[in-house]
Amino acid sequence: MSAPQTRIANLTDLLHAAARGRKTLLPNHPKILVGMASCGLAAGADEVYQAIREETSRLQLPYVVAPTGCIGWCSQEPLVDVRLPHKPRVTYGRMDVPKARELVRGLCDGDLKTQWAIGLLTGHDNPVTRTRIRYSQPSARVDGVPRYEDLELFRRQIRLVTRNCGVIDPADLDEYIARAGYLALHWALTGMRPEEIINEVTRSGLRGRGGAGFPTGKKWEVMRRQPAKPKYIVCNADEGDPGAYMDRAVLEGDPHSVLEGMTIGAYAMGASDGVIYVREEYPLAVKRMLEAIAQAEAAGLLGDNLFHSGFSFHIRVVKGAGAFVCGEETALITSVEGRVGEPRQRPPYPAQRGLGGKPTCINNVETWANIPVILMRGGDWYAHLGTGDSRGTKVFCLVGAVKNPTLIEVPMGITLRQIVYDIGGGIPQGRKFKAIQTGGPSGGCLPESLLDLEVDYESLTQAGAIMGSGGMIVMDSSTCMVDLARYFLTFLADESCGKCFSCRKGLQRMRQIVTRITEGLGSEGDLELIEDLGWMVRETSLCGLGQTAPNPVLSTLRYFRDEYLAHVREKRCPAKVCKELITYRIEPTLCDGCGACVRVCTSQAILGEKKKVHTIDNAKCIKCGSCLEVCQPQAVLVE
Amino acid sequence: MSESVDIDAILGTRWERAENLIPVLQDIQSQFHYLPEGALRAVSRCFQIPFPRVFHVATFYNCFSLEPRGRHHVQVCLGTACHVRGGQRVLDKVLRELSLPASGTTSDFEFTVEPVRCLGCCALAPVMRVDQRTYGHLQQSRVPRVLKGCRQPIMATA
Repeated sequence: MSAPQTRIANLTDLLHAAARGRKTLLPNHPKILVGMASCGLAAGADEVYQAIREETSRLQLPYVVAPTGCIGWCSQEPLVDVRLPHKPRVTYGRMDVPKARELVRGLCDGDLKTQWAIGLLTGHDNPVTRTRIRYSQPSARVDGVPRYEDLELFRRQIRLVTRNCGVIDPADLDEYIARAGYLALHWALTGMRPEEIINEVTRSGLRGRGGAGFPTGKKWEVMRRQPAKPKYIVCNADEGDPGAYMDRAVLEGDPHSVLEGMTIGAYAMGASDGVIYVREEYPLAVKRMLEAIAQAEAAGLLGDNLFHSGFSFHIRVVKGAGAFVCGEETALITSVEGRVGEPRQRPPYPAQRGLGGKPTCINNVETWANIPVILMRGGDWYAHLGTGDSRGTKVFCLVGAVKNPTLIEVPMGITLRQIVYDIGGGIPQGRKFKAIQTGGPSGGCLPESLLDLEVDYESLTQAGAIMGSGGMIVMDSSTCMVDLARYFLTFLADESCGKCFSCRKGLQRMRQIVTRITEGLGSEGDLELIEDLGWMVRETSLCGLGQTAPNPVLSTLRYFRDEYLAHVREKRCPAKVCKELITYRIEPTLCDGCGACVRVCTSQAILGEKKKVHTIDNAKCIKCGSCLEVCQPQAVLVE
Repeated sequence: MSESVDIDAILGTRWERAENLIPVLQDIQSQFHYLPEGALRAVSRCFQIPFPRVFHVATFYNCFSLEPRGRHHVQVCLGTACHVRGGQRVLDKVLRELSLPASGTTSDFEFTVEPVRCLGCCALAPVMRVDQRTYGHLQQSRVPRVLKGCRQPIMATA
């Protein structure tokens, strides 16, 4: 994209690169940024981007048009940002091609189109150096457009890991350096001893962000003490938890932060090679990482003799092949070695014997991206954020039944209520909050009574859920907890590698029983049987997958037992989800006979003439819910 | 139609080491849209890895298919967020539209439908990916249009 990469071998080179980056970050021309991470693209960002490019070149405007990563405002995708020189950066939400074209034409005439604007930024803090890039005077305002700082969504956020997501062009190394990128690496290689680095990480209280929460400093210490060579560094980007995409956002929006963190870790632990294990379901993340590695190698920020320190480090990308269990570290290692991803007994831990039998340090994407910040700001500063034994910030994906599904980064210790109601905006369509599911298939469902729970590793575990990688799925009254338990059991039974009998068979058996309950065929005693089985699977499985697999079922049983009982005793699904226990009906007083339902019904189950009340033939109805979706007067009822 | 597989070309500059087994299988998969038996046997010989072990790997990971896949790959997301927002209904609708009894390939080899565990676009749930394009906020009523759009050859280049 840019000119051939210049080599960066010392601080002066870094500063030159930073100056170049600042020029493209804050050009003297109007700049238009389009959020082009996977979620933006899915919402149509590519078409918007092309339209803006076409329109600017057609009108021969000297505008800079660039892609950027995900700023986390997922509900408003596709997002477009406009910054005029020395003016605040204005964000536009839910853009489409006609709006994008009109926006460009408007800008050309000096019209900011504030009716589509959803937020404005006067600058972006840089947590690495405590500096700030300034788009405009801090007091600058645009009429009718709220500041990000005043929005509930952003007010509580502290963006360390996601510091550059949505700020820089992820394909531009200079822009990353302009945000103090690779400064921490330079500082580490030229001014710090490995023990000092590990000491800072230990002091920061950082714990593995992949789910288990093992203290990072401790892991590094163990790894450093291993005499065997070579040593390996692995970045676990096999983000398999459904409902979690924070790693994808970082890989796509700020790939160099991961590379920098890994390189610092490698220096601290004496490793020579690194592997990034990325899910193949994330093609853009794979592409971005490969691009970033090539750039860093060309610039001399990755490879041999970095900053003339004599330290060399190489990174390669390994694409996962679609197995959830490979998120478990020992399974990940066997997968990288070219075998089936089956976990093995620990100890020895990978830090003692990992890839090829050599010491291997595996950390998650988010953990690595934290490292440059910790190093530059010091472990003590990092530790002042958070609570108890959970320090720093955590990125969460807040999705499901909330008004504003978002990607957020907040200090540990925030309550679930603040996340769901303040940041997420509460439950849409006037429905009632029912549960929040954290930690993916290894986590649990927490009920309303636990909404004031502080989010940290210990309290979540105590409540029967886990922190996990950070997915939070909010559920309202339209979600059936038994059906959800069945969903997770199906997922886990499919993804169990099959090595341990208890996990393989136990989960299949639990799935059978819960499926039977959802079909209205459950009997008294089933619930106790599931609990027994769950306990057995937890206690007798080798790896984290099996040990946590019963969590979704056990936690729903613990907090939503009455819903199970309604299925078993009354053969009733209170949330009206389980197909075998519901029927569809058209309320005659509401039906206006428009015929929309007749057109979508593929099983010809809806009878009635146009302009007359329709009825559903239950013998033919397959309960697909198509009619419910299209019925404007909401006359289709589920009972 | 016999599938001749040029393992050397796929291997490229890589070594015939076990660590390259999965990447090579991935390349074969993306070239042929499935793993032909001949290719697996060739890989086994080339890597000097016993055939059963190659087969074990090929059947363990979700991204490999031992049966030919259709021209368009439809992945309906059944991640938690999509499940909560009706992903299963979308999947059922796709299957009904294509007259498939269950996940698999249509008889004309136009489409292969598979559920997938999270595409990472949870805020847009429910989500479905057809080839390279991802569709968010899907309603059942939109499914026929999306599939119809794919049948037109122009879209194949997207």
